[in-house]
Amino acid sequence: MSATSTVVVIGGLVAALVLSPGWRTIRQTYLSWHYFRQILPSLPGAFWLDARIFLIVEAVVLALGLLIAVVRTVRAPVLFPVRLACAAFVDLMRGIPLLILLYVVGFGVPALGFSFLPTDEPVLAGAALAMCYSAYVSEVFRAGIVSIHPSQPAAALALGLTRPQALRHVVVPQAARRVVPPLLNDFIGLTKDVALVSVLGPQEIVRVAQISSDFSFNYTPYIAAAAIYLLLTLPLIRIVDRQQRRALRRQNAVVML
Amino acid sequence: MKPRTTIAAALAGMLSLAAVALAAAPVASSAATSCAKASLALVHAGQLTVATDAPAYPPYFENNKPANGKGFESAVAYAIAGQLGFGAGQVKWTVEPFNASFAPGPKSFDFDINEISITPARAKAVDFSTPYYTNPQAVIVVKGSKFAHAGSLAALRSAKFGVQVGTTSLAAVNAQIRPTQSPQVFNSSNDVVTALREHLVDAIVVDLATGFYLTSGEIPHGVVVGQFSASGGDNWGVLLSHHSKLTGCVDQALAKLRSNGTLSSITSRWMQSGAGVPVLK
Repeated sequence: MSATSTVVVIGGLVAALVLSPGWRTIRQTYLSWHYFRQILPSLPGAFWLDARIFLIVEAVVLALGLLIAVVRTVRAPVLFPVRLACAAFVDLMRGIPLLILLYVVGFGVPALGFSFLPTDEPVLAGAALAMCYSAYVSEVFRAGIVSIHPSQPAAALALGLTRPQALRHVVVPQAARRVVPPLLNDFIGLTKDVALVSVLGPQEIVRVAQISSDFSFNYTPYIAAAAIYLLLTLPLIRIVDRQQRRALRRQNAVVML
Repeated sequence: MKPRTTIAAALAGMLSLAAVALAAAPVASSAATSCAKASLALVHAGQLTVATDAPAYPPYFENNKPANGKGFESAVAYAIAGQLGFGAGQVKWTVEPFNASFAPGPKSFDFDINEISITPARAKAVDFSTPYYTNPQAVIVVKGSKFAHAGSLAALRSAKFGVQVGTTSLAAVNAQIRPTQSPQVFNSSNDVVTALREHLVDAIVVDLATGFYLTSGEIPHGVVVGQFSASGGDNWGVLLSHHSKLTGCVDQALAKLRSNGTLSSITSRWMQSGAGVPVLK
């Protein structure tokens, strides 16, 4: 039954595409084998730049996001100014478009003229991405931390652990496990936002596709770039799904699809 | 230093030869089309809808207002409109981003005039008029740069270049200069300018007319190192939808503007002559 309905739905969609009045144009403009073969060899090298930026930014984001979350949940009065600064940072970074942040950091930091600051575009772009995503990820971590029942740190304190020890050994490990699925979700978002670094000049994969498309007036290079992207994002998405199912089983003893 | 007067004479000669050749070619092929105003196939009846990108830069447009008739491409557009029988009041301008101008499907403009280079690959997706301008490329650096006195394209190979995406300049950098590090590619010409001003790149390549405009104001410390031709030349045409019925009529209008001298007087009014700029080889 499900097989039949699947064939009908997918077959119907394909038929609608192929029988559409513009199918010839679509095929020539978006699915040209000629342009696909032409662009394909230049894409993996360009994608390697995206991948490197992604991996480094992801590591920075995990560390910085967790740090901000912990600072924001610690209630020591002496840390109030730091908490305020972290809250302001998170609000600001989540409140402005990433594209504007990229321009401000990418063109603004070199304009300061300090020789110790980087002027390398992928580094600047990576910094902007890390700032934005640290803010999001810190909120994910914070949600995880506040979701741990107060009886947990209370029990830890009763056993003689200090507050930092309770945080380090009891709260954060449980919180981190809980937020793995939403974290991975944010990282799927990050893999694609890395493409925005092209506004500062580096020739990453989407830019390489755009250059080719602008010269040929044909959109096939974008489709080719999307295909390369799927090679990375589809496995990631599958991992997220599996993690979510495992988390559900662990927490609720329920199996869901 | 190159002998400038000789180059000036050679350039002038080449331009006039090209103009004669272009003027002669299209008239015969498109004469059969009826270009009476009433029979034109227009996007909106009774008006000529002309597109360009925003912001529209000098010297092609002035004050970002295509409808003021000032600037090279604005003037060319109104001249074409005049030949097709439209008064200035019947020309309506619309914004068409470059990246959208070649998308398949119906267009929202009758023609698009946006410094677009004619290439055979592009001509498979859209129609182009015959060229209304041929533009050399210019290399720009800031004063004091070690590339400021580069006398040849080879001397520029080690420079870090900045160029705008989709431009002939990018192709020209890759094909003619072949820099040792891959050029930085930016979304807009503003970003290219910012990158040069903040020393994120050593040099930028733009078309020569834009180069004159940038070094006269936008980049006060900018200097034009020299000019060079993109391979095959960089001919700009008006963009129309693929197999547009209007293409032949725009070609006829341009042919008339060439033969009666209007196009060259518009060109000399708005476009600075490149005769004084060293040619890089």
